[in-house]
Amino acid sequence: MRTVNAKIITSQVKKIYIEANTRITPEQTSGLKRALAKETHRLAAKALSQIIDNCRIAEARKMPVCQDTGLPVVFAEIGQDVRITGGDLNTAINLGLAEACLDGYLRQSVVDPLTRKNTQTNTPAVIYSRIVSGSKIKITVVPKGFGSENMGQVKMLKPATGVKGVKDFVLAAVKTAGANPCPPIVVGVGIGGTMDYAALLAKEALFEIGGGQRVRDKELAKLSREILSDINKLRIGPAGLGGVTTALKVNIKTFPTHIAGLPVAVNIGCWCHRARTIII
Amino acid sequence: MIHNIQLPLTGKDIRKLKAGDEVLLSGTVYTARDAAHARMVKKLPFMIKGQTIFHTGPTPPKPGTVIGSCGPTTSSRMDAYTPILLEKGLKAVIGKGKLGAEVVSSLRRNKAVYLIAPGGCGALLSETVKAARMVAYPDLGCEAVYELSLEDFPAIVGVDSRGRSIYK
Repeated sequence: MRTVNAKIITSQVKKIYIEANTRITPEQTSGLKRALAKETHRLAAKALSQIIDNCRIAEARKMPVCQDTGLPVVFAEIGQDVRITGGDLNTAINLGLAEACLDGYLRQSVVDPLTRKNTQTNTPAVIYSRIVSGSKIKITVVPKGFGSENMGQVKMLKPATGVKGVKDFVLAAVKTAGANPCPPIVVGVGIGGTMDYAALLAKEALFEIGGGQRVRDKELAKLSREILSDINKLRIGPAGLGGVTTALKVNIKTFPTHIAGLPVAVNIGCWCHRARTIII
Repeated sequence: MIHNIQLPLTGKDIRKLKAGDEVLLSGTVYTARDAAHARMVKKLPFMIKGQTIFHTGPTPPKPGTVIGSCGPTTSSRMDAYTPILLEKGLKAVIGKGKLGAEVVSSLRRNKAVYLIAPGGCGALLSETVKAARMVAYPDLGCEAVYELSLEDFPAIVGVDSRGRSIYK
């Protein structure tokens, strides 16, 4: 059986959490530049230019793109043929994140929900781990900002409302969010399972975890395109200043559900939509 | 139209600003977000009359720098507190997102303005901060109140002193 020392997990998590916070990916930059090229509204175009400049400055200065360096959310896929030695998985991850906060000059944004006392380490992370086949460890870290996270919603729809009910719900959530989640946004939609699982599916869809939306599923791809087009008709636009690009992308994940239910959840990501993955 | 504004705002400045106008702000602002507001409404740690509050919680400065990333946070979370501060003489709020109707009418009543800073652009905005000094609540960490000296900080008038808003 393959063994992986917990120290390796800690050092890799630290590295990718800092990177996720300080650099957006080339694909994201091109997405933002495409949005700028087609923007007709003056203030919205200016907002997009500022966003692009901001990312350039952050990368050059190795500083966070946004001051909200997130509540860390971590997805860990552990191959069933690998054994972690020298410590436990959750501690190894949280240690890496705490070191990232300190050495990466990230913000301590994590508090007790009721006393509001800061943990001063930007941990614990919300960690989802699952056992998969193989002997590798795959870890995705997400610095989830709360300007966008606060705009998420979950609802137990009636099956009779069907696809239209889902569309209406997603659109209403995006409309309510308005300028708050720093548009242009990315939208994750989870459909099916249970109340809690729909919310997890929405987050997995947002960050394309576990393959994200199955690209071969033509029906889902069509639904994504339709919802994206409807969202962009809302004209919330970059920074909420009007304009043509309210959302850059809509990702959907589904899971079978009960005959009596149609759970649906929306999880919103801001324009910088940060995530990094490492395979150990 | 781009206005170069020297803070604190004068009555004349406030009257000329219209929703949708662009501004470049220079001068002093005070940072505050959720936890600081909860304390400030009970006892103010600085003279608020005529001043500007910036809704932000920056990342820590790297050695040799003044401040870390410092973009705006969602201002509507402070809706319960903002009218109280406006009544005490606050003249401008910098943040992001739409404000509640009560805050908009309080801005109109108190002849004050709401300015929108570019969301998520903390690195870009950090370049306009020339000095930072902690004023209150060190125990709040990133939520402590700082006095910042700005130079050409870009913003848009979100709500003007007549209560007109850029958001529908």
